[in-house]
Amino acid sequence: MRGERMAVAPGGWSCLFDLCLRWRGVLCALLTAAATLPAAAQEVRTAVLRIEYPSLLPLSRIDLPVPDLGLAGAQLATQDNTTTGGFLGQSYDTVALSVPPEDAQEAFRGGLDRGIRLFVVMARTPELLALADAAPPDALLFNATDGDRALRSEECRANLLHVAPSDAMRADALTQFLVWKKWTDWALIEGSNPADRALAEAYRASAAKFGAEIVAERVFEDTGGSRVSDSGHVLVQRQLPVFTQDLPAHDVVLAADATDYFAGYLPYNLWSPAPVAGSAGLRPLTWAPTHESWGATQMQSRFEKLAGRPMREEDYQTWLALRVIGEAVTRTGSADPGKIRAYALGDDFALAAFKGQPVSFRPWNGQLRQPILLATGRMTVSVSPQEGFLHQVTSLDTLGLDRPESACTAFDQ
Amino acid sequence: MFRAALLAAAPVAATALPAAAGNVFVTNEKGNTVSVFDSATWKVIAEFPAGNRPRGITIAPDGSELYVCASDDDLVRVFDPRTFEEMHTLPSGPDPELFVLHPSGNPLYIANEDDNLVTVVDTETHAVLAEVPVGVEPEGMAISPDARVVINTSETTNMAHFIDAETYEIVHNVLVDQRPRFAAFTEDGTKLYVSAEIGGTVSVIDMTAEPPAIVRKIGFEVPGVLPEWLQPVGIAITSDAARVFVALGPANRVAVIDGATDEVVDYLLVGQRVWQMAFTPDQSHLITTNGNSNDVSIIDVAALDVIRSVQVGQQPWGVAVAPD
Repeated sequence: MRGERMAVAPGGWSCLFDLCLRWRGVLCALLTAAATLPAAAQEVRTAVLRIEYPSLLPLSRIDLPVPDLGLAGAQLATQDNTTTGGFLGQSYDTVALSVPPEDAQEAFRGGLDRGIRLFVVMARTPELLALADAAPPDALLFNATDGDRALRSEECRANLLHVAPSDAMRADALTQFLVWKKWTDWALIEGSNPADRALAEAYRASAAKFGAEIVAERVFEDTGGSRVSDSGHVLVQRQLPVFTQDLPAHDVVLAADATDYFAGYLPYNLWSPAPVAGSAGLRPLTWAPTHESWGATQMQSRFEKLAGRPMREEDYQTWLALRVIGEAVTRTGSADPGKIRAYALGDDFALAAFKGQPVSFRPWNGQLRQPILLATGRMTVSVSPQEGFLHQVTSLDTLGLDRPESACTAFDQ
Repeated sequence: MFRAALLAAAPVAATALPAAAGNVFVTNEKGNTVSVFDSATWKVIAEFPAGNRPRGITIAPDGSELYVCASDDDLVRVFDPRTFEEMHTLPSGPDPELFVLHPSGNPLYIANEDDNLVTVVDTETHAVLAEVPVGVEPEGMAISPDARVVINTSETTNMAHFIDAETYEIVHNVLVDQRPRFAAFTEDGTKLYVSAEIGGTVSVIDMTAEPPAIVRKIGFEVPGVLPEWLQPVGIAITSDAARVFVALGPANRVAVIDGATDEVVDYLLVGQRVWQMAFTPDQSHLITTNGNSNDVSIIDVAALDVIRSVQVGQQPWGVAVAPD
């Protein structure tokens, strides 16, 4: 990956060769479109800022990193917005930046210097908060990938909207399905890294919320090392049954492995025949290449034609963030971040997102409401919220932090 | 299972050749078939293979040709409505879902969801006459009764595009609510109704205004049904424009709208996931496809009453009725 990483020039605004090529493709398309359409009255300029964290390879080679992760989704959204904008005299220009965490601020400033005020950010909590706090008052940021609960509660920021679902939304989506199945006795296996612990906490809260019982908890220690070794399955097949041997009776094993180092090994390797859910087995996802309902097939084929690979969650989420911007621009006729924010948080905002019902924002913490897919990697099994989980505002608010549960006050005025 | 139905149906088709008038054709999206039944007796006559994932269906004004969007085959299959034999296919572009015929029977205007295009195909020469770039995910198609304007709705752009039927240029756009699915004109051409599945509304567009503009948005409300399930899809309008029927998808209801006031006057409970609709030739009955209950509901239009259901194939989607 490192060799393919976008290099940061002194201004912070150069990028990886092949990504530049891809991106230039979009810009060329924009220029061509501009030549055949009436002069655009408005140009909507956005940046996708992707922070690259050092990471090990994933457990499954199906999940191997792709250099345009998230950026391809942004490219598709820019094309979609451009097509619509063509009928309204609006044009869209999106630049992409991928930098290591230490260069985040410099890259952000570079965007600001170019006059960009709308940013879709793929980053973790520390960098997200630092960027939101460093942003000028007329800038608006979209969190495309971070599920941290605190960002939707005590650490919320008025200039940071969350398109990525919180860990709590994902956990609740899965829990509703397991409760619907009456699989309410869980064994919880969590990783030892802070992110794994936070995810396990989301599952504990969800179990308490919907009446599931965690009958046992176990920590799978991260001892480091490489993820996969030749014939490594031999050892896995012997170790995991022993690790799970004396669990009390359970319907399902919940895996909380945000760092992706053990959950993928659990299915079929437990002592019991119980199904695995959470970080492996049945997973709560915003998007899966298996999703076909509500017109999703068209989205999949458009994306695959563009990117030459299946669409991942990160691509869906950057697509969604830029579509939120596009929808607000379409309806308000303005590219002003303040107006976009007000419209997105208002009662009139609704966006079709291939999930069977409109997505909208929770005005108390800036979280996008959205249905969550439950998928195995081969099939989409179900979509939450599940039937029968009711809410006085919208059934989507049965997922994640509801207004009384959020300590966020930044959105009050 | 449908093989047995075919075997049973074949002798009927071969020996009796029922008059096609009033015959109802229903595409079964999952069954890959078209079910045929008689609107006089409501008896199923046949079920024949119709390609992969048949959805949109329409019939020539003279009843001579039956057109089916075979979505997964990326083409339109054309059948003889009397023998149920496939006559030929038409090029459609990828993933055709809905189309509309020129009132004369030629050409056919097809929405291509994957390519942001409306493809215009000559039904006699089978040639592609034009490809019109439209918004993202084109879906609903309609043509004005005077055949001057073709309407396409684009599901992600959320517009009704007005296409000049002669020049194939877009001459006007109207922004509607989320995911516009279907468009239908009144027979006098003065009003255009556009359903927005995710927006949950039907926009009423005044065609006499210059330029045409939305004069009203019809919303829906059914006690005990979650608002997000009220998803307007198919629209059918009586020729006197007195009644507008709107299929509400997963709400399992058809809304009845007074065409003069554009107020909802009733909701009729039909089968599950009601999708598209068509009238019998005398407009005494309206047939609705119910995708999740594998049947169609028959509505008595004068009484506003659901009088019966007819079992069809797997996941019925579209419906067309042979003219008199």
